[in-house]
Amino acid sequence: MRPDLARETAARVTDPELPMLTLHDLGILRDVEVLRSGHVVVDITPTYSGCPAMATMRDDLVRELNGVGFDRVEVRVSLDPAWTTDWITPEGRAALSAAGISPPGPARSMSGPIPLSLSPTARLIYCPQCGSTATELLSEFGSTACKALYRCADCREPFDHVKEI
Amino acid sequence: MDDHDTEHDSAYSGLLVNDAHWAFGTDFEDPLAGVDTTIPEGTDAATLAAYALMLGDDALVMSHRISEWTSNAPDLEDDIALSNIALDLLGQARLLLARAARADESLVPVLPGGSPVPAEDALAYFREAHEFRNVRLAEVANGDFAEVVVRVMLFSIWRLAIWEQLRASRDSVLAAVAAKGVKELAYHRDYAARWFVTLAGGTDESRTRLLTALDSLWPLWPELFDAHEAEVAAAASGVGVDPSTVREAAEATLAQVLLAADVARPEAARRSGVMGRFGRDGMHGEALSRVLAEMQSVARAHPLGQW
Repeated sequence: MRPDLARETAARVTDPELPMLTLHDLGILRDVEVLRSGHVVVDITPTYSGCPAMATMRDDLVRELNGVGFDRVEVRVSLDPAWTTDWITPEGRAALSAAGISPPGPARSMSGPIPLSLSPTARLIYCPQCGSTATELLSEFGSTACKALYRCADCREPFDHVKEI
Repeated sequence: MDDHDTEHDSAYSGLLVNDAHWAFGTDFEDPLAGVDTTIPEGTDAATLAAYALMLGDDALVMSHRISEWTSNAPDLEDDIALSNIALDLLGQARLLLARAARADESLVPVLPGGSPVPAEDALAYFREAHEFRNVRLAEVANGDFAEVVVRVMLFSIWRLAIWEQLRASRDSVLAAVAAKGVKELAYHRDYAARWFVTLAGGTDESRTRLLTALDSLWPLWPELFDAHEAEVAAAASGVGVDPSTVREAAEATLAQVLLAADVARPEAARRSGVMGRFGRDGMHGEALSRVLAEMQSVARAHPLGQW
Protein backbone atom coordinates (compact mmCIF):
# COMPACT_ATOMS: atom_id res chain seq x y z
CA MET A 1 0.00 0.00 0.00
CA ARG A 2 2.90 2.36 -0.83
CA PRO A 3 3.96 3.05 2.76
CA ASP A 4 7.21 4.59 1.55
CA LEU A 5 5.36 7.11 -0.61
CA ALA A 6 3.18 8.14 2.34
CA ARG A 7 6.19 8.49 4.64
CA GLU A 8 8.25 10.45 2.12
CA THR A 9 5.35 12.74 1.29
CA ALA A 10 4.56 13.48 4.95
CA ALA A 11 8.24 14.00 5.71
CA ARG A 12 8.51 16.65 3.00
CA VAL A 13 5.76 18.89 4.42
CA THR A 14 7.29 22.05 5.85
CA ASP A 15 6.64 23.95 9.06
CA PRO A 16 4.42 26.99 8.35
CA GLU A 17 6.49 29.34 10.49
CA LEU A 18 9.91 27.82 9.75
CA PRO A 19 9.42 26.95 6.08
CA MET A 20 13.07 25.93 5.70
CA LEU A 21 12.34 22.95 7.97
CA THR A 22 10.39 19.85 7.09
CA LEU A 23 8.20 18.28 9.77
CA HIS A 24 10.68 15.39 9.76
CA ASP A 25 13.62 17.76 10.37
CA LEU A 26 11.70 19.51 13.14
CA GLY A 27 11.15 16.15 14.83
CA ILE A 28 7.39 16.50 15.20
CA LEU A 29 6.51 13.78 12.69
CA ARG A 30 6.29 10.71 14.89
CA ASP A 31 4.74 8.03 12.74
CA VAL A 32 3.17 7.47 9.33
CA GLU A 33 1.18 4.31 8.93
CA VAL A 34 -0.72 3.01 5.93
CA LEU A 35 -3.54 0.70 7.01
CA ARG A 36 -4.69 -2.27 4.99
CA SER A 37 -7.70 -0.17 3.93
CA GLY A 38 -5.43 2.41 2.35
CA HIS A 39 -6.20 4.84 5.14
CA VAL A 40 -3.12 6.86 6.22
CA VAL A 41 -2.63 7.70 9.90
CA VAL A 42 -0.04 10.38 10.70
CA ASP A 43 1.10 11.11 14.26
CA ILE A 44 2.54 14.53 15.07
CA THR A 45 3.65 16.09 18.36
CA PRO A 46 2.95 19.73 19.26
CA THR A 47 5.97 21.93 19.91
CA TYR A 48 4.28 24.27 22.42
CA SER A 49 0.84 23.82 24.03
CA GLY A 50 -0.56 26.90 22.32
CA CYS A 51 1.31 26.60 19.03
CA PRO A 52 -1.07 28.03 16.42
CA ALA A 53 0.79 26.26 13.62
CA MET A 54 -0.56 22.82 14.51
CA ALA A 55 -3.81 23.15 12.59
CA THR A 56 -1.96 24.41 9.54
CA MET A 57 0.46 21.49 9.71
CA ARG A 58 -2.44 19.08 9.87
CA ASP A 59 -4.12 20.69 6.86
CA ASP A 60 -0.84 20.66 4.93
CA LEU A 61 -0.31 16.97 5.66
CA VAL A 62 -3.80 16.08 4.52
CA ARG A 63 -3.48 18.12 1.34
CA GLU A 64 -0.06 16.75 0.36
CA LEU A 65 -1.07 13.15 1.01
CA ASN A 66 -4.33 13.66 -0.89
CA GLY A 67 -2.20 15.02 -3.72
CA VAL A 68 -0.27 11.78 -4.13
CA GLY A 69 -3.38 9.63 -4.07
CA PHE A 70 -4.14 8.90 -0.41
CA ASP A 71 -7.77 9.90 -0.12
CA ARG A 72 -8.32 9.12 3.52
CA VAL A 73 -5.85 10.74 5.87
CA GLU A 74 -6.11 11.06 9.62
CA VAL A 75 -3.68 13.26 11.55
CA ARG A 76 -3.40 12.40 15.22
CA VAL A 77 -1.75 14.39 17.97
CA SER A 78 0.65 12.56 20.28
CA LEU A 79 1.08 14.55 23.48
CA ASP A 80 3.39 12.02 25.08
CA PRO A 81 6.35 12.05 25.12
CA ALA A 82 6.55 15.83 24.93
CA TRP A 83 8.47 17.31 22.01
CA THR A 84 12.04 18.37 22.67
CA THR A 85 14.38 20.41 20.49
CA ASP A 86 16.80 17.49 20.75
CA TRP A 87 14.63 15.84 18.07
CA ILE A 88 15.55 18.44 15.45
CA THR A 89 17.72 16.55 12.95
CA PRO A 90 21.29 17.57 11.96
CA GLU A 91 19.89 18.49 8.51
CA GLY A 92 17.26 20.64 10.23
CA ARG A 93 19.91 22.41 12.30
CA ALA A 94 21.92 23.12 9.17
CA ALA A 95 18.83 24.47 7.43
CA LEU A 96 18.08 26.78 10.36
CA SER A 97 21.63 28.17 10.33
CA ALA A 98 21.51 28.69 6.58
CA ALA A 99 18.30 30.68 7.04
CA GLY A 100 19.86 32.95 9.68
CA ILE A 101 18.31 31.25 12.70
CA SER A 102 20.57 29.91 15.43
CA PRO A 103 19.80 26.23 16.13
CA PRO A 104 19.15 25.00 19.70
CA GLY A 105 21.78 23.46 21.94
CA PRO A 106 21.09 20.40 24.09
CA ALA A 107 17.86 20.65 26.12
CA ARG A 108 18.19 20.87 29.87
CA SER A 109 17.11 17.92 31.94
CA MET A 110 13.46 18.12 32.89
CA SER A 111 13.26 15.33 35.43
CA GLY A 112 12.69 16.22 39.09
CA PRO A 113 12.33 19.80 40.32
CA ILE A 114 13.46 22.39 37.78
CA PRO A 115 15.90 24.76 39.49
CA LEU A 116 15.24 28.48 39.39
CA SER A 117 17.57 30.36 37.07
CA LEU A 118 17.96 34.05 37.90
CA SER A 119 20.64 34.77 35.31
CA PRO A 120 20.08 34.85 31.58
CA THR A 121 20.44 31.38 30.08
CA ALA A 122 24.11 30.83 29.22
CA ARG A 123 24.39 29.43 25.74
CA LEU A 124 27.38 29.01 23.47
CA ILE A 125 25.92 30.10 20.17
CA TYR A 126 27.21 31.50 16.93
CA CYS A 127 25.83 34.49 15.10
CA PRO A 128 24.25 32.94 12.00
CA GLN A 129 25.28 36.03 9.99
CA CYS A 130 28.98 36.37 10.82
CA GLY A 131 29.83 33.35 12.98
CA SER A 132 30.89 35.43 16.00
CA THR A 133 30.35 33.94 19.47
CA ALA A 134 30.03 37.43 20.98
CA THR A 135 26.26 37.44 21.26
CA GLU A 136 23.83 39.04 23.65
CA LEU A 137 20.41 37.74 24.75
CA LEU A 138 17.75 40.41 24.24
CA SER A 139 14.72 38.34 25.24
CA GLU A 140 13.91 34.71 26.03
CA PHE A 141 10.72 35.18 24.02
CA GLY A 142 11.12 35.99 20.35
CA SER A 143 9.00 36.17 17.21
CA THR A 144 7.34 32.87 18.10
CA ALA A 145 7.04 30.98 21.39
CA CYS A 146 9.83 28.61 20.33
CA LYS A 147 12.48 31.28 19.73
CA ALA A 148 14.61 33.66 21.79
CA LEU A 149 15.89 36.97 20.46
CA TYR A 150 19.64 37.67 20.30
CA ARG A 151 21.96 40.35 18.97
CA CYS A 152 25.48 39.88 17.67
CA ALA A 153 28.02 42.17 19.35
CA ASP A 154 30.29 42.11 16.29
CA CYS A 155 28.05 42.54 13.25
CA ARG A 156 25.25 44.11 15.35
CA GLU A 157 22.58 42.08 13.58
CA PRO A 158 19.68 40.75 15.65
CA PHE A 159 18.77 37.10 15.14
CA ASP A 160 16.44 34.39 16.39
CA HIS A 161 17.62 31.38 18.38
CA VAL A 162 15.47 28.28 18.67
CA LYS A 163 15.42 27.81 22.42
CA GLU A 164 16.02 24.54 24.11
CA ILE A 165 12.99 22.78 25.56
CA MET B 1 7.11 43.72 -10.22
CA ASP B 2 10.66 44.97 -10.76
CA ASP B 3 13.83 43.37 -9.34
CA HIS B 4 13.90 45.69 -6.40
CA ASP B 5 10.46 44.59 -5.19
CA THR B 6 11.28 40.94 -5.77
CA GLU B 7 14.33 41.19 -3.58
CA HIS B 8 12.38 42.73 -0.72
CA ASP B 9 9.58 40.22 -1.02
CA SER B 10 11.88 37.46 0.12
CA ALA B 11 10.86 37.61 3.78
CA TYR B 12 7.38 36.43 2.83
CA SER B 13 8.12 34.26 -0.17
CA GLY B 14 8.40 31.12 1.94
CA LEU B 15 5.18 31.82 3.79
CA LEU B 16 2.85 32.71 0.97
CA VAL B 17 3.42 29.96 -1.57
CA ASN B 18 -0.27 29.98 -2.40
CA ASP B 19 -3.56 30.52 -0.61
CA ALA B 20 -3.80 26.92 0.52
CA HIS B 21 -0.32 26.95 2.02
CA TRP B 22 -1.20 29.34 4.80
CA ALA B 23 -4.53 28.76 6.47
CA PHE B 24 -5.93 31.96 7.94
CA GLY B 25 -8.10 30.80 10.79
CA THR B 26 -7.80 27.32 12.19
CA ASP B 27 -11.43 26.24 12.16
CA PHE B 28 -12.46 23.87 14.91
CA GLU B 29 -10.52 20.74 15.64
CA ASP B 30 -10.41 18.36 18.56
CA PRO B 31 -7.23 19.09 20.54
CA LEU B 32 -7.40 15.58 22.00
CA ALA B 33 -7.85 13.80 18.66
CA GLY B 34 -5.87 10.59 18.80
CA VAL B 35 -5.07 10.95 22.49
CA ASP B 36 -6.02 8.14 24.85
CA THR B 37 -8.69 9.68 27.07
CA THR B 38 -9.70 6.51 28.92
CA ILE B 39 -10.49 7.27 32.55
CA PRO B 40 -7.87 5.51 34.71
CA GLU B 41 -9.24 2.47 36.50
CA GLY B 42 -10.67 3.26 39.90
CA THR B 43 -10.89 7.00 39.20
CA ASP B 44 -14.22 8.78 39.41
CA ALA B 45 -14.81 10.60 36.11
CA ALA B 46 -16.50 13.57 37.82
CA THR B 47 -13.51 13.98 40.15
CA LEU B 48 -11.08 13.98 37.26
CA ALA B 49 -13.22 16.46 35.32
CA ALA B 50 -13.62 18.83 38.28
CA TYR B 51 -9.87 18.80 38.81
CA ALA B 52 -9.00 19.37 35.15
CA LEU B 53 -11.51 22.23 35.08
CA MET B 54 -9.75 23.97 37.98
CA LEU B 55 -6.35 23.78 36.31
CA GLY B 56 -7.87 24.81 33.00
CA ASP B 57 -9.68 27.81 34.47
CA ASP B 58 -6.48 29.00 36.19
CA ALA B 59 -4.73 28.98 32.81
CA LEU B 60 -7.62 30.52 30.87
CA VAL B 61 -8.24 33.47 33.18
CA MET B 62 -4.53 34.11 33.75
CA SER B 63 -3.93 33.94 30.00
CA HIS B 64 -6.65 36.52 29.40
CA ARG B 65 -5.24 38.92 31.98
CA ILE B 66 -1.72 38.60 30.58
CA SER B 67 -2.99 38.98 27.03
CA GLU B 68 -4.39 42.39 28.03
CA TRP B 69 -0.74 43.46 28.10
CA THR B 70 -0.34 42.79 24.40
CA SER B 71 0.52 46.13 22.76
CA ASN B 72 0.72 47.75 26.21
CA ALA B 73 4.04 46.50 27.64
CA PRO B 74 6.88 48.95 28.31
CA ASP B 75 8.94 47.68 25.38
CA LEU B 76 8.61 45.39 22.42
CA GLU B 77 10.59 42.50 23.91
CA ASP B 78 8.37 42.32 26.97
CA ASP B 79 5.24 42.78 24.91
CA ILE B 80 6.25 39.69 22.93
CA ALA B 81 7.32 37.80 26.04
CA LEU B 82 4.01 38.41 27.81
CA SER B 83 2.05 37.54 24.67
CA ASN B 84 3.96 34.27 24.35
CA ILE B 85 3.32 33.43 28.01
CA ALA B 86 -0.39 34.12 27.51
CA LEU B 87 -0.37 31.88 24.43
CA ASP B 88 1.28 28.99 26.29
CA LEU B 89 -1.34 29.25 29.03
CA LEU B 90 -4.14 29.40 26.49
CA GLY B 91 -2.83 26.20 24.96
CA GLN B 92 -2.77 24.55 28.38
CA ALA B 93 -6.29 25.80 29.06
CA ARG B 94 -7.60 24.38 25.82
CA LEU B 95 -6.22 20.90 26.51
CA LEU B 96 -7.39 20.92 30.13
CA LEU B 97 -10.91 22.12 29.37
CA ALA B 98 -11.15 19.55 26.58
CA ARG B 99 -9.99 16.92 29.07
CA ALA B 100 -12.62 18.02 31.60
CA ALA B 101 -15.36 17.90 28.98
CA ARG B 102 -14.33 14.46 27.74
CA ALA B 103 -14.33 13.06 31.27
CA ASP B 104 -17.71 14.52 32.26
CA GLU B 105 -19.93 15.86 29.49
CA SER B 106 -22.51 17.06 32.00
CA LEU B 107 -20.16 19.97 32.82
CA VAL B 108 -20.47 21.40 29.34
CA PRO B 109 -23.12 24.10 28.81
CA VAL B 110 -25.77 23.05 26.31
CA LEU B 111 -25.83 25.22 23.20
CA PRO B 112 -28.54 25.59 20.54
CA GLY B 113 -28.86 22.61 18.19
CA GLY B 114 -26.46 22.80 15.28
CA SER B 115 -23.88 24.83 17.15
CA PRO B 116 -20.38 23.91 15.94
CA VAL B 117 -18.78 25.24 19.13
CA PRO B 118 -16.53 22.51 20.58
CA ALA B 119 -16.81 21.48 24.22
CA GLU B 120 -13.73 23.36 25.44
CA ASP B 121 -15.02 26.58 23.88
CA ALA B 122 -18.47 26.03 25.38
CA LEU B 123 -16.79 25.77 28.79
CA ALA B 124 -14.73 28.90 28.20
CA TYR B 125 -17.42 31.10 26.71
CA PHE B 126 -20.76 29.92 28.05
CA ARG B 127 -20.29 29.51 31.79
CA GLU B 128 -21.15 32.14 34.39
CA ALA B 129 -18.57 33.53 36.81
CA HIS B 130 -19.73 31.34 39.69
CA GLU B 131 -19.06 28.25 37.58
CA PHE B 132 -15.38 29.16 37.15
CA ARG B 133 -12.99 27.39 39.50
CA ASN B 134 -9.84 29.47 39.08
CA VAL B 135 -7.85 30.82 42.01
CA ARG B 136 -8.48 34.52 42.58
CA LEU B 137 -4.83 35.47 41.89
CA ALA B 138 -5.53 34.85 38.20
CA GLU B 139 -8.50 37.20 37.93
CA VAL B 140 -7.67 40.43 39.75
CA ALA B 141 -7.44 43.53 37.59
CA ASN B 142 -4.09 44.38 36.03
CA GLY B 143 -1.89 47.07 37.50
CA ASP B 144 1.45 48.34 36.26
CA PHE B 145 4.34 46.32 34.80
CA ALA B 146 5.61 45.47 38.30
CA GLU B 147 2.21 44.01 39.07
CA VAL B 148 2.24 41.61 36.10
CA VAL B 149 5.82 40.61 36.95
CA VAL B 150 4.85 39.73 40.52
CA ARG B 151 1.65 38.02 39.44
CA VAL B 152 3.32 35.86 36.77
CA MET B 153 6.09 35.00 39.24
CA LEU B 154 3.78 33.90 42.06
CA PHE B 155 1.48 32.04 39.68
CA SER B 156 4.31 30.25 37.85
CA ILE B 157 6.22 29.25 40.98
CA TRP B 158 3.05 27.68 42.36
CA ARG B 159 1.85 26.10 39.13
CA LEU B 160 5.27 24.69 38.25
CA ALA B 161 5.57 23.10 41.71
CA ILE B 162 2.23 21.37 41.13
CA TRP B 163 2.98 20.36 37.57
CA GLU B 164 6.31 18.81 38.46
CA GLN B 165 4.23 16.33 40.49
CA LEU B 166 1.39 16.15 37.97
CA ARG B 167 3.75 14.57 35.45
CA ALA B 168 3.21 11.35 37.41
CA SER B 169 -0.60 11.55 37.12
CA ARG B 170 -2.35 8.25 36.44
CA ASP B 171 -4.41 10.12 33.86
CA SER B 172 -2.38 9.97 30.66
CA VAL B 173 -3.77 13.28 29.37
CA LEU B 174 -2.93 15.25 32.54
CA ALA B 175 0.51 13.60 32.69
CA ALA B 176 1.24 14.55 29.07
CA VAL B 177 -0.08 18.11 29.46
CA ALA B 178 2.08 18.52 32.57
CA ALA B 179 5.19 17.07 30.95
CA LYS B 180 4.92 19.67 28.19
CA GLY B 181 3.73 22.42 30.50
CA VAL B 182 6.66 22.27 32.91
CA LYS B 183 8.99 23.29 30.11
CA GLU B 184 6.84 26.33 29.40
CA LEU B 185 6.22 27.26 33.03
CA ALA B 186 9.95 27.14 33.81
CA TYR B 187 10.51 29.84 31.18
CA HIS B 188 7.61 31.91 32.54
CA ARG B 189 8.81 31.64 36.13
CA ASP B 190 12.41 32.49 35.33
CA TYR B 191 11.39 35.43 33.13
CA ALA B 192 9.27 36.95 35.88
CA ALA B 193 11.77 36.18 38.66
CA ARG B 194 14.58 37.92 36.73
CA TRP B 195 12.41 41.00 36.24
CA PHE B 196 11.54 40.87 39.95
CA VAL B 197 15.24 41.05 40.86
CA THR B 198 15.88 43.71 38.22
CA LEU B 199 13.05 45.97 39.39
CA ALA B 200 14.00 45.48 43.03
CA GLY B 201 17.56 46.59 42.33
CA GLY B 202 16.68 49.31 39.84
CA THR B 203 15.60 52.83 40.77
CA ASP B 204 13.72 53.93 43.88
CA GLU B 205 10.66 54.18 41.66
CA SER B 206 10.94 50.63 40.29
CA ARG B 207 11.56 49.20 43.75
CA THR B 208 8.65 51.08 45.25
CA ARG B 209 6.32 49.88 42.52
CA LEU B 210 7.54 46.30 42.91
CA LEU B 211 6.96 46.30 46.66
CA THR B 212 3.52 47.86 46.18
CA ALA B 213 2.62 45.13 43.71
CA LEU B 214 3.91 42.41 46.00
CA ASP B 215 1.93 43.79 48.93
CA SER B 216 -1.25 43.99 46.88
CA LEU B 217 -1.04 40.41 45.56
CA TRP B 218 0.37 38.79 48.67
CA PRO B 219 -3.03 38.25 50.38
CA LEU B 220 -3.94 35.92 47.47
CA TRP B 221 -0.82 33.71 47.81
CA PRO B 222 -2.07 31.50 50.69
CA GLU B 223 -5.24 30.63 48.77
CA LEU B 224 -3.07 28.83 46.18
CA PHE B 225 -2.19 26.17 48.73
CA ASP B 226 -5.69 25.53 50.07
CA ALA B 227 -6.71 21.95 49.47
CA HIS B 228 -10.17 21.96 47.92
CA GLU B 229 -12.09 18.72 48.26
CA ALA B 230 -11.92 18.13 44.49
CA GLU B 231 -8.13 18.45 44.61
CA VAL B 232 -7.86 16.16 47.61
CA ALA B 233 -10.05 13.58 45.87
CA ALA B 234 -8.04 13.84 42.64
CA ALA B 235 -4.81 13.42 44.59
CA ALA B 236 -6.22 10.45 46.49
CA SER B 237 -7.00 8.63 43.26
CA GLY B 238 -3.57 9.41 41.81
CA VAL B 239 -4.65 11.74 39.02
CA GLY B 240 -4.09 15.11 40.69
CA VAL B 241 -1.90 16.94 43.18
CA ASP B 242 -3.00 18.26 46.57
CA PRO B 243 -1.67 21.86 46.43
CA SER B 244 -0.99 21.92 50.17
CA THR B 245 1.79 19.38 49.54
CA VAL B 246 3.79 21.74 47.30
CA ARG B 247 3.75 24.70 49.67
CA GLU B 248 7.23 23.98 51.00
CA ALA B 249 8.78 23.64 47.54
CA ALA B 250 7.05 26.81 46.29
CA GLU B 251 8.03 28.81 49.38
CA ALA B 252 11.65 27.67 48.95
CA THR B 253 11.73 28.91 45.35
CA LEU B 254 10.08 32.19 46.30
CA ALA B 255 12.60 32.63 49.13
CA GLN B 256 15.45 32.37 46.59
CA VAL B 257 13.99 35.20 44.53
CA LEU B 258 13.29 37.39 47.57
CA LEU B 259 16.84 36.85 48.82
CA ALA B 260 18.36 37.74 45.45
CA ALA B 261 16.15 40.85 45.30
CA ASP B 262 16.78 41.80 48.94
CA VAL B 263 13.06 41.94 49.55
CA ALA B 264 11.47 40.82 52.83
CA ARG B 265 8.68 38.26 52.73
CA PRO B 266 5.45 40.25 53.25
CA GLU B 267 3.43 39.66 56.37
CA ALA B 268 -0.01 40.76 55.24
CA ALA B 269 -2.85 38.44 56.14
CA ARG B 270 -4.63 36.38 53.52
CA ARG B 271 -7.68 37.76 51.76
CA SER B 272 -10.80 36.31 53.28
CA GLY B 273 -13.34 34.40 51.29
CA VAL B 274 -17.07 34.87 51.38
CA MET B 275 -18.57 32.64 54.05
CA GLY B 276 -15.50 30.45 53.79
CA ARG B 277 -15.68 30.13 50.02
CA PHE B 278 -12.88 31.00 47.62
CA GLY B 279 -12.05 30.90 43.91
CA ARG B 280 -12.01 27.10 43.81
CA ASP B 281 -15.58 27.14 45.18
CA GLY B 282 -16.76 29.49 42.44
CA MET B 283 -16.63 32.55 44.71
CA HIS B 284 -14.94 35.35 42.76
CA GLY B 285 -14.51 39.08 42.80
CA GLU B 286 -16.11 41.56 40.47
CA ALA B 287 -12.91 41.43 38.41
CA LEU B 288 -13.77 38.02 36.98
CA SER B 289 -17.16 39.24 35.78
CA ARG B 290 -15.41 41.98 33.85
CA VAL B 291 -12.95 39.52 32.31
CA LEU B 292 -15.79 37.24 31.24
CA ALA B 293 -17.90 40.08 29.87
CA GLU B 294 -15.11 40.96 27.49
CA MET B 295 -13.91 37.43 26.74
CA GLN B 296 -17.33 35.87 26.18
CA SER B 297 -19.40 38.56 24.48
CA VAL B 298 -18.61 37.71 20.86
CA ALA B 299 -19.02 33.96 21.30
CA ARG B 300 -22.30 34.44 23.16
CA ALA B 301 -23.66 36.72 20.46
CA HIS B 302 -22.99 34.03 17.85
CA PRO B 303 -23.52 30.59 19.42
CA LEU B 304 -23.85 29.12 15.92
CA GLY B 305 -20.76 30.91 14.62
CA GLN B 306 -18.00 29.15 12.73
CA TRP B 307 -14.61 30.85 13.01
